[in-house]
Amino acid sequence: MKDLDLDKYITKYVYDVKGLNLWYGDNQALMDINMQVLENEITAIIGPSGCGKSTFIKTLNRMIENIPIVRTEGQILYNGRNIFSSKMKVEELRTRVGMVFQKPNPFPKSIFENVVYGPKIHGVKDKKILMEIAEHSLRGAALWDEVKDRLNDNAYGLSGGQQQRLCIARTMAVSPEVILMDEPTSALDPVATMRIEELMEDLKKEYTVIIVTHNMQQAARISDKTAFFLSGELIEFDKTNKIFANPSDKRTEDYITGRFG
Amino acid sequence: MNKKIKGPDRNKVNFNRNRINLRIGVNNFAKHLFSLSTVFAVVVLGVLLYQIVAGSIGWLDWQFLTSNLSIFPEKAGIKGAIIGTLYLMMIVIPVTLILGVTTAIYLEEYAKESRLQRFIKVNISNLASVPSVIFGLLGLTVFSRMLSLGSSILAGGLTMSLLVLPIVVVAAQEALRAVPGFLREASYGMGADKWTTIWRVVLPVSIPGILTGAILAISRAIGETAPLVVLGIPTLIMKIPTGIMDDFTVMPIQIYYWTLDTVLTPEYAYLASATIVVLLVTLFILNSVAIIIRNKFQKTF
Repeated sequence: MKDLDLDKYITKYVYDVKGLNLWYGDNQALMDINMQVLENEITAIIGPSGCGKSTFIKTLNRMIENIPIVRTEGQILYNGRNIFSSKMKVEELRTRVGMVFQKPNPFPKSIFENVVYGPKIHGVKDKKILMEIAEHSLRGAALWDEVKDRLNDNAYGLSGGQQQRLCIARTMAVSPEVILMDEPTSALDPVATMRIEELMEDLKKEYTVIIVTHNMQQAARISDKTAFFLSGELIEFDKTNKIFANPSDKRTEDYITGRFG
Repeated sequence: MNKKIKGPDRNKVNFNRNRINLRIGVNNFAKHLFSLSTVFAVVVLGVLLYQIVAGSIGWLDWQFLTSNLSIFPEKAGIKGAIIGTLYLMMIVIPVTLILGVTTAIYLEEYAKESRLQRFIKVNISNLASVPSVIFGLLGLTVFSRMLSLGSSILAGGLTMSLLVLPIVVVAAQEALRAVPGFLREASYGMGADKWTTIWRVVLPVSIPGILTGAILAISRAIGETAPLVVLGIPTLIMKIPTGIMDDFTVMPIQIYYWTLDTVLTPEYAYLASATIVVLLVTLFILNSVAIIIRNKFQKTF
């Protein structure tokens, strides 16, 4: 029995990125990235515009491959398996690794249909189960109380912040292991942003979260680890406290203190 | 003291009142000229419609719609042509919708960006502007002769389908392209494959656009004459078609032959007018449906 308990203390890398290079045509966007992501932590990725942080997070679930000219090199191990290997199906990877996008992107369907989209495409047909999933996910995304009386209304009737939480609920509905968030609050007002940040604390208990953010305060408030990207390179990756209090690289310090970017 | 500079100051635009008046005059002239062109088009259309409608009065009634052809103008009707048109649509609608939409889905969603794909896309657009007689010849060669379908409804329907297929493909392509990328991303991000995404997200959003294009294409097929003339649709057909292998006639063909035969029986002109009214009303209804669908279901993101 002791051994089982010990399992908790063995550090498990959800993601282990090894020597990742990425090109858009001839332009190299990511250069030799090495980085490990731990389970049930929030990892924030910060950096100025065009530093490759969005490219990087989209590589983690291979969404970047929807752009035809992209070429990658190196390895990304997801729970020990290389996501670029031919045996890895992107559909499976993206089911395990959910994504929340920069702009809220609900489907032009009802709120209910949005949340159960994932379960439905993965074969759940039972109305009762779908309803349970919908309620659980919407509660998880702190949206249930606001929408429980109008689940059949079109999702585009919701406010921007609500739409984004609906997208988070939709992602949670397929019970992923990791949630990737690509600047999820950049299109939202401060109140909606605050609600999503509060939500992140809860998400951490069940999911591993990787979030790209433009907002350094946000990274400092919510994340356990922070990665600083600059011109396609990972400059520094450490505990958030350390990065913000005592960065080891001069460029990180310059960026964090607002000297550029 | 400096002498005051007279004449135009280089740094300032000196306006001239006469010139402004002249330009206002030109503008007014242009306005009237353009409105005159519009009036001309409307008047011509009005005269045409008036003539047709006036000619059809007294002839266009229930008996006309439900009677068979006859050599006596008072007894003649277009039941055969109406049923022929319906049969033709039974071929054209499924063939163009299935072929057109699947082609568009392949070209827009699956085909890799390549020289071949661009070549195909350009040529589909070109195909839409090929004269309909050419499609008639194609139908005559392939369907009537090679597949020996003769001048049956099937041969006519397939020929008409080829004629309007490019219109449906182009309309469907545009409808698919108008679906915002972030909806596809959302679906892929949930682990959906391409087909699931197309079926559950892309198609429901683009259906109104596809339908609008399809209805316009179908209304073109209903009004088209030339390809069927080339296929050799019989001049006079008394038998009402009962299956897709039967000979048939359609409203525009009926109009054509009645108009030709006015030399023999002047009353045929009234029958032609009455048929034109029926055809125009049908097309008008179809086009209205297309506009209603477009306005009602058009989504903005």
